[in-house]
Parts: sequence; structure tokens; C-alpha cells
Amino acid sequence: MASLRDIKNRITSTKKTSQITKAMEMVSASKLSRAEDNAKSFNPYMNKIQEVVASIATGAKDASHPMLENRPVKKTAYLVITSDRGLAGAYNSNVIRSAMNAINSRHSSKDEYVILAIGRVGRDFFAKRGMNIIDSIIGLPDQPSFADVKEITGKAVGMYADEAFDELYMYYNHFVSAISQEVTEKKVLPLTDVAAETSAMTSYEFEPSPEAILEVLLPQYAESLIYGALLDGKASEHAARMTAMKSATDNAKDLIDSLSLSYNRARQAAITQEITEIVGGAAAQEN
Amino acid sequence: MKTVNVNIVTPDGPVYESAVEMVSTKAQSGELGILPGHIPMVAPLEIGAVRLKKEGRTELVALTGGFLEVRPEQVTILAQAAEPATEIDIERAKEARQRAERLLQAQQDNVDFKRAELALRRAMNRIDVYENKM
Repeated sequence: MASLRDIKNRITSTKKTSQITKAMEMVSASKLSRAEDNAKSFNPYMNKIQEVVASIATGAKDASHPMLENRPVKKTAYLVITSDRGLAGAYNSNVIRSAMNAINSRHSSKDEYVILAIGRVGRDFFAKRGMNIIDSIIGLPDQPSFADVKEITGKAVGMYADEAFDELYMYYNHFVSAISQEVTEKKVLPLTDVAAETSAMTSYEFEPSPEAILEVLLPQYAESLIYGALLDGKASEHAARMTAMKSATDNAKDLIDSLSLSYNRARQAAITQEITEIVGGAAAQEN
Repeated sequence: MKTVNVNIVTPDGPVYESAVEMVSTKAQSGELGILPGHIPMVAPLEIGAVRLKKEGRTELVALTGGFLEVRPEQVTILAQAAEPATEIDIERAKEARQRAERLLQAQQDNVDFKRAELALRRAMNRIDVYENKM
């Protein structure tokens, strides 16, 4: 049996760890609520842009744009949104696994796809495997503004327009609730499903022409899809970290309980032994 | 006087919401003035200012990369960035202008001129809007 002091040390260090995880849990909880606010303030923009894109796509059937059309796929791009830091449970591994599965099942050679990585964990993972990372962004703030991601979204959309790749998928954790996040695969480009909801559309005048508007609108739309996913991913990250830290704190508490029990047992055993020795010694003197 | 509701939204959240008498702004096809009851219309906007006429006063909002959606009762402006004149960070805009001017004057091959020029236009726009707010 471990000595009394060993057990005492373990209890102290477990307590210290649980204080840290507890603090991280609370920090993540407050970041989560801010991330949810961000996602909420982004919604009006997203809804509006979706509405206009859909009404143009349905209203002006003859208007076409490269971003709306499927072209033969020579190269696929994968945008993988991970976090910069770990300690978020299965948050990163889930996203990376599902992206890897898709890549392995769709491609046989490394020339057929490229990676855009958001977040250090993903970037390091793909870099280690020698995959072709064409762009990465790390060190995003916890509450990213649109200007923070403008560069990577602009680049992703621009490269598609330049035919550097012919498809763009993104992988991120969709925030369902504080305890549940879902890995989501979304095809960003080409924009094939814009005309999905067509209820009560306004028919617009286009100034100067539908094509000119699509020219401006579609890149913005694609960029905001990516930004939306990123906000979603950030909220999931904080939620995942909060849950992971909560279970770490709970586990530490269980551990402390069971360690305290064996500490008390060991202490009692030592006392009992001491008494037995004293009694034994006294009995030996009487004889 | 008849009014029309104006909403300016960016990815970072709504920036402006109010009922105004007239909206005028610069679209890619030229200056546009919208009065209440306009037919539904969509137009892409230049980097520039939106002027919102309200109770005899004119409010200015600086816009970057956006478009305008008009309905008879409602005007929505979707922009990548927008700031009302009173909220412009003038120091930041001036710094951005200097930076962009330096880049443009550097005459080096590795400078992305198009981007520097756009940055310069955005900065100038913010400064103009800020200075005209009185």
C-alpha cells in the first residue's frame, strides 16, 4: 500500500488540477455565450443574403455564373475548421477523422486535393502527413470578426474562380447544444443548392443586370457561408471544451474521494498497528 | 412625410436601423436615390457613403463591398463592413491610408497593387465620411 504521504501528495495535486479544469470550464462557458451572441448577430445577414441569392437564382433563370455551375472536377479543396488548442475533448479529432475518411475514400493520390486549414491542430495534422496545405490561418480570436477571416475566405473563393480547384468542401463542428456538436460536411462551391427555399420570393429589378449582381453577390455569399461555419465551429469549440472540462472536474472529484478513502484507511491501519504494538509491548513487560 | 425602413447589416451584426425619408448612395451603375415606395430592386454598391435623410438631417454611413436590396417598405443594405460616421475610428483610417499610400509608392513587384488600391479607397472613404458628418 502506498504510504500516507504519497496519497496525501496525490490528493493535493489532483485538487490543484481540478481547480484549473473548473476555472477553464467557467471561462469556456462565458466564451460560449458570447459565441452564441455572435452567431445570432450574424444570422440576419446570412438570411438576407440567402434570400436575395435564391430569388435571383430563381427569378433570373438565364443568368449564369461560374460559381453556380458544376465543372469537371480535377482538384478538390477541403476547408477544415479546427481549434488552435487542445483540451476540448473529441472536438478536433472528430472533424479531422471525418475529413480524412472523405479524403481517403475519394482520392487515391495527393495531387487530387488541397487543404485549407483553419486552426493549429488541423494544420499540424495535415502538414505532418505531407498533404498539400495551400493556406492556413491560426491564432484566430475567440470572437472572430468578419475582417479576421476575410483573407482566407477571399482567397478560397478567389482560387475557385481562378480554377485552382473545382470543388470546395468544408468540415466543421455544427453547434447543436452545449453538450452536443455534430461534425458537418458542407459543399460550399459550386453553389448548387441556392434555390432550395423558394417561398414568396420578390421579383426584383436588377441594376444594372442579374449577371453583374451575381458577380458581386456570389463571392460574398460563399464567403459568408464560410464565416458562418467558422462562428458555428467556434461556438462548438467552447461548448466541447466546457463539457470536457466539466467531466475532468467531475473525474477529479471522484478520484479525490477514493483517494481520501484509502488515505483514511491507511491512517487508521497505522493507528491500529501502533496500538497493537503498544499493547503487545505492555503485555510482554507484565510477564 | 412618408418614410422607408432602412436596415444596414454586416456579418458582424446589424449596424443601422431606422425609418428615413430618402436613401442615396453610389451603386456600380451610378448614383442612386431611393424614396419610399420604390419598386423591388437589387444593385451592387461601390465603396462609398450612404446618405440617409431623416427629419431634415442627413446621416452618413461608410460602406465597404455591399449591395442594396429595395422593397417598397424596406431597404436593406448588406455590406462586408459598415460604420456610421460617428463610430469611425479616424486614427485607424488615417493609418490605413498612410500604409496603403506607402505600398502604392513603393513600386515593387511583390506589392499587390489592386489590394493596396482597394485599401486606400476604403480608408479615404472612411475619412471622407468622418469629416463630412457635421
